[in-house]
Amino acid sequence: MDEFSLYVLDIVNNSTRAGARNIRIFLREEGDDLYFTVEDDGCGMSEEQLARLRDPFFTTRKTRKVGLGVPFLVMLAEMTGGWVKIASKQAAGEGEDHGTKLEAKFGLHHVDFLPLGDLCGTVTTLIQGAPDTDFLYLHTRGEKQVRLDTKELRQVLGDLSLAEPEVLAWIRENLAEQYEQMNQV
Amino acid sequence: MKSIEELMAIKAKMQDKMSVRKAEGETRIVVGMATCGIAAGARPVLNAFVEDIAAEGLTDRVTVTQTGCIGICQYEPVVEVFEKDGQKTTYVKMTAEKAKEVVEKHIKGGKPVVEYTIGAAKL
Ligand SMILES: Nc1ncnc2c1ncn2[C@@H]1O[C@H](COP(=O)(O)OP(=O)(O)O)[C@@H](O)[C@H]1O
Ligand SMILES: [Mg+2]
Repeated sequence: MDEFSLYVLDIVNNSTRAGARNIRIFLREEGDDLYFTVEDDGCGMSEEQLARLRDPFFTTRKTRKVGLGVPFLVMLAEMTGGWVKIASKQAAGEGEDHGTKLEAKFGLHHVDFLPLGDLCGTVTTLIQGAPDTDFLYLHTRGEKQVRLDTKELRQVLGDLSLAEPEVLAWIRENLAEQYEQMNQV
Repeated sequence: MKSIEELMAIKAKMQDKMSVRKAEGETRIVVGMATCGIAAGARPVLNAFVEDIAAEGLTDRVTVTQTGCIGICQYEPVVEVFEKDGQKTTYVKMTAEKAKEVVEKHIKGGKPVVEYTIGAAKL
């Protein structure tokens, strides 16, 4: 994968596939470091699943014998002087909380790091793929930030789906304009 | 800035259209978005379908959705088109340009673009 934004798309897809209703995505730039955090309230993983997650031959999918998403992320993080930490909890009983939190650090200016890429495209693709899930997306760089909360959009849209092409186009442009402001010096 | 007012306007405009939705039965375009698909370029393919179907005014009879791994990683990006009569066409090694052609010739014109299908790729 040649853009960091594609890693974000792939990792957050694990959360939607785990049945999450709420997903929070944080990107935080601090000097030479980029922190990436994903929190979901999906089904979570057992201790055993969690222990094997970095192994590319572990996957619960049926169509293919290798799971590559997390190992790819770990590789990129470690290559750029960072790390990946994952904590997860499966629901023990009815009403118990469950979910997964993935935190990663990357060397933003390391030679092996990638361009951030089309983050707006990643967020719209995530929403298109799971329009009933709520996403909070927050990217901060110093004082500046890009933020999107689908809960707020839903208050305006009522029962109109976030996957409507007109709505997706609005989201994409809104994010692009926020990024333009963030990138102004 | 794309304002909340503009989003409200979209909502108001869509309200009337919603009632006539999906009357004709649906064609479904399904894009594989697992790691292998994403790495091979599925994101721009998906977005090309979403935007083109909307631009051609086909949203009332065509839906675009994402799925996980279809199981033929070496052919990614993979796109499946399901027609209302149950017919399925599998497109392989897709690009945004090919997606536009599929919308034009297959979705609008009714004729699958044979050279982009898995059958052609295997020859
Ligand atoms: N957020 C998550 N919630 C629950 N399970 C997860 C999550 N992320 C990863 N997993 C589990 O770890 C496995 C491996 O993930 P990954 O490396 O991305 O490969 P793949 O998604 O192709 O299976 C998944 O199949 C899933 O069982
Ligand atoms: Mg994955």
